[in-house]
Amino acid sequence: MADFISFFTLADANVRFVLFGSLLIGATGGMLGTFAVLRRRSLMGDALAHAALPGVALAFMLTGSKSLPVLITGATVTGVLGVLIIQFIVNNTRIKADAALGIVLSVFFGVGIVLLTHIQGSGVGNQSGLDKFLFGQAAAMVHDDIIVMAVLSVAIIVVVLLFYKEFKALIFDPKFLQSLGISVRVTDLILMGLIVLTVMVGLQAVGVVLIAAMLITPAVAARFWTQRLHVLVILSALIGGLSGAAGTFLSSQAPRVPTGPVMVLVATGFFVFSALFGPRRGLVSRLRRLRHNELRERRHHFLRAVIKLREADPDTHAFTHEELAAELEWDPARVRREARRLVRAGAAVIDKASGEVRVDHVRLTQRGTAEGTFIVKSHRLWEHYLVYRDILSADHVDRPADEVEHLLTPELIGRLEDILQREHGLDPKSVVNIHETGSGYRPHGREEAEKVAS
Amino acid sequence: MTLPQEWSILLTGVLAATSCALLGTFLVLRGMSLLGDAISHAVLPGIVIAFLLTESRAILPMFLGAAAFGLLTTVLVGNLHRRWHVPEDASIGIVFTALFALGVVLISAYAGQVDLDAECVLYGEIAYTPWDLIIWNDVSYGPRPVWILGMAFLLNVVFVGLFYKELVIASFDPAMAVSVGINATLIHYLLMGAVSVTTVASFESIGAILVVALLIVPGATAYLWSDRLPRILALAMIFGAVAAVAGYYLAGVWNSSISGAIVVVLGGIFLLSVLLAPRQGLLAKLYMQAALSVKVAQDHMLLSMVRVAEVDEERRWLGGALIQEASVSALLAKLALRRLRQRVLLQETATGMRLTEQGRREGRRLLRGHRLWETYLNELGVRADHVHEPANALEHYIDDQLDRELDGEVGDGTVLRGR
Repeated sequence: MADFISFFTLADANVRFVLFGSLLIGATGGMLGTFAVLRRRSLMGDALAHAALPGVALAFMLTGSKSLPVLITGATVTGVLGVLIIQFIVNNTRIKADAALGIVLSVFFGVGIVLLTHIQGSGVGNQSGLDKFLFGQAAAMVHDDIIVMAVLSVAIIVVVLLFYKEFKALIFDPKFLQSLGISVRVTDLILMGLIVLTVMVGLQAVGVVLIAAMLITPAVAARFWTQRLHVLVILSALIGGLSGAAGTFLSSQAPRVPTGPVMVLVATGFFVFSALFGPRRGLVSRLRRLRHNELRERRHHFLRAVIKLREADPDTHAFTHEELAAELEWDPARVRREARRLVRAGAAVIDKASGEVRVDHVRLTQRGTAEGTFIVKSHRLWEHYLVYRDILSADHVDRPADEVEHLLTPELIGRLEDILQREHGLDPKSVVNIHETGSGYRPHGREEAEKVAS
Repeated sequence: MTLPQEWSILLTGVLAATSCALLGTFLVLRGMSLLGDAISHAVLPGIVIAFLLTESRAILPMFLGAAAFGLLTTVLVGNLHRRWHVPEDASIGIVFTALFALGVVLISAYAGQVDLDAECVLYGEIAYTPWDLIIWNDVSYGPRPVWILGMAFLLNVVFVGLFYKELVIASFDPAMAVSVGINATLIHYLLMGAVSVTTVASFESIGAILVVALLIVPGATAYLWSDRLPRILALAMIFGAVAAVAGYYLAGVWNSSISGAIVVVLGGIFLLSVLLAPRQGLLAKLYMQAALSVKVAQDHMLLSMVRVAEVDEERRWLGGALIQEASVSALLAKLALRRLRQRVLLQETATGMRLTEQGRREGRRLLRGHRLWETYLNELGVRADHVHEPANALEHYIDDQLDRELDGEVGDGTVLRGR
C-alpha cells in the first residue's frame, strides 16, 4: 500500500521518470500505429522488432557496452536489414509477402537467440541486461536511457506533425499525393523510418516479442470511437500512453512479471472495451441498432394491419386487440404491448371499455394514420415496381416488399411513384393492392405503358 | 529403453522439424503463414492453464488446452476481420499478442507452480531432453519429448494421408472443393487444430517463436525447388531434418541454444535456395536472362549481315562492327559471336568474317520472321514507319507454326516489305 501511495504521489523521482518514459513510449507507439495499421503495415513492426534482436546482441559483442544508444543502433541496423530482405524476397522470388515476413521474423530471431545464448554461455559477466530485451523491463531503464527515449519520441512526434497532411494523403489517396508532385515512395519511406524509430525506442521497455501490439492494438481500439484521422491519432496515442504507464505500474508491483506483456494486456483491455462499447461498430451499439430496427419493423406491421382493417371496413376506425391479433397473426399479449408503445409515441389512443363497449378498442391518431398510410403505400409501390420491372411475379413480391418497406425514405417513395406514373400510368393517389388485381395485371399494364410511352 | 543422449536430442529435433514442415507447407501454399505464426504464440495460455488445472505435465490436457486456444485464435481472427472490419493483419496482431501476453503473465505470476519459465517459452529446452524421462513403475520408457513428438508426427502423417486430396483441393481451388462436396471450412479448422497440437508438442523443445521458423521456412524453401506438391512435401521434410541434425552439431561448436542453431541452419538453406534453386533461384534466373540476351544478340548479328548481303554480297565483317550490331553489352556480344562460330553460321576469311551457307539460310529465316511481323503489325494498323522497333523485339519469337499462321494472316502472295 505504501508503494501504491508513493507511486501515485510520484514522490520517488526514479518512479516518476520511468513512468514518464513508458507514457511517452506508449503514446508514440499509438500515434505511429494509426498510420501503420491504416497503411496495412501492421505486422511490419513485428518483423522489425524480431529482426532487431540479433542487432542488440551483435552490438554488445562488438562493443562490450550495454548503453542504450549503442544497442539501439545495432537493433536498427538488423531490423532495417530484415525489412529490406522481406522486400527482396517478395520482389525476386515466388514466395508471397506473408511467408517472407514469417521467414525473416523467425530466422532473425533464431540468429538472435543463438547469439544471446552464446553470450550467456561464454560467461561474459554483465550480459544479464540483454535478455530483458525479450519481454521488456521498464524498471531497468536508467535516467540516461529515458532521456534518449524522450528525445527520440519528441523528434518522432514533431516529424509526424510536420508530415501529417502528406501521411493522410498517403493513406487515403496516394494518387492525390502524386498529383501534388510529392513522391509516394519517399513519403512511404519516411513513414517506415518513423515506424522503425518507434519500435527501437520502445524495445527496451516493451521487448521484441510483443512490441508489435503497442503499434496495432491502441490504433484498432481507437477506430471504434472515431473515423476522423486527427481524433484517431490523438485517441490512439492516449490509449497507448495509458497502457504504457499502467503496464509499468502493474508490473512494478510484481517484480517477476515483465513489463511488455502487462502493457499489452492493458492495451488489449482498452481494445475489448472499445469493441464492446465503441459507437462505431461496437457490439453494444450494433445490438441497439438491431433492437431499434426490430421495434420499427413491429410498429410498421401494427400500423399496416390497422390501415388494412380500415380499408376492409371504411366505417370502423377502432379495433379490439383480438381483431388486430387475428390480422397480424400475433399473440394478443404482444398486440397489447405494441399498442401501449404506440400510445406512448402518440400514434394511437385506446378507447377504454365503457357502457355498451365492453372491451378496449385501439384507434390511430392522425399521426399514426399518416405513418400507417405511408407504410402501406410504400409496400405496395415496391410490389408494383418489382412486378413491373419483371423482377418477380405478383405472387412472390409480398415477402421482399415486407423487408424493404421499413427502409424506404419519402424521397425514394417519390421517385418510385414518379417512375411508375411516367412509365406505367399508375395513379399515385390510388395505389391498389397488387394481390387483388388478378393475373391479367401484367400484360395489361405493359400495353398501357407502351401507349403512354408512344 | 534407453537412448544415447545425443540420439534422443537428435530424434526430438528431427521429429519436431519434420512434423512442422509437413503441416507448414500447406500453410505457406495457402497463404496462411501468419496464422501459423499467431497460433504458435497463442497456444501458450492453453498450456499454462492446463498446467495450473491438472498440476502436472500430463500430455492430454496440454494438447486439449492448446487445441482450444489454437481454434480460439482462428475464430477470433476470422471474426474480427469479417464482423468488425479490422484489417486481417491487424486482427492477427491483436489476437496473438494478447494471448501470448496472457500466457507470459500467467507463467511469471505462478512461477512457483508452473514448470516453465518465460525465456524457455521463446526458444525451448531441447538440450534437457535426455533427462526428461517417462518413468512408470520404476522403469524408464525413454525421453518424454520423443514420445510426444512421435505421437504428433504420426498424427500429422495420418491426417495428411487421410485428407490429402481434400487438403490439396481446398488449398488450391476452394470453389472446386465446394462443388465436389468437400467442406473447406472443416478442412481449414482441422489443419489449424493439427498446427496447434504440433506447436504444443514442439513447444518444450523448440519454443513458441522458433517453431514458426520450423513451420514456414522448410515449406517456402521447398517451394523454390519444385512445382509438384508431393515433391515439395518431401523436400520440406528433408530440409527440416537436415537442419535439425546440422543445428545440433553447430550449437555445440557455437556454444549456443540448439533450437536457435536449427533455425539458423534453416535460414542458411533458404538463402542458398534463393540463390541456387533451379529455375526459381536468382542465379538460374540470371543465367536464363543472359542466355536469352546472347540468343537475341546472335539473331541481331545475323540479321545485320543478311541485310547487307542483299545489296553487297562480298561484304566482310570485323568483330567490332558485329558487336555494335548486337545492341547488348560487349561481354554478352562476344559470347554471341563465339556461339555463332560454334554453330558454323560464320566463317573467318582473310579479310574478315562472312556468313556460311547455313548462316545465310538462318539469317534469311530470321529476316522473313521480322518482315512477317512488320507486315502483320502494319495490317493491324501500326504505321509503316513504326513497325520496325516492335518487330525487332518480336522476331525472336517465331517458329514454323507461327510462321505459317502469320503468313496466312498477311495474305497469300503479299510481297514482304520492310527492313
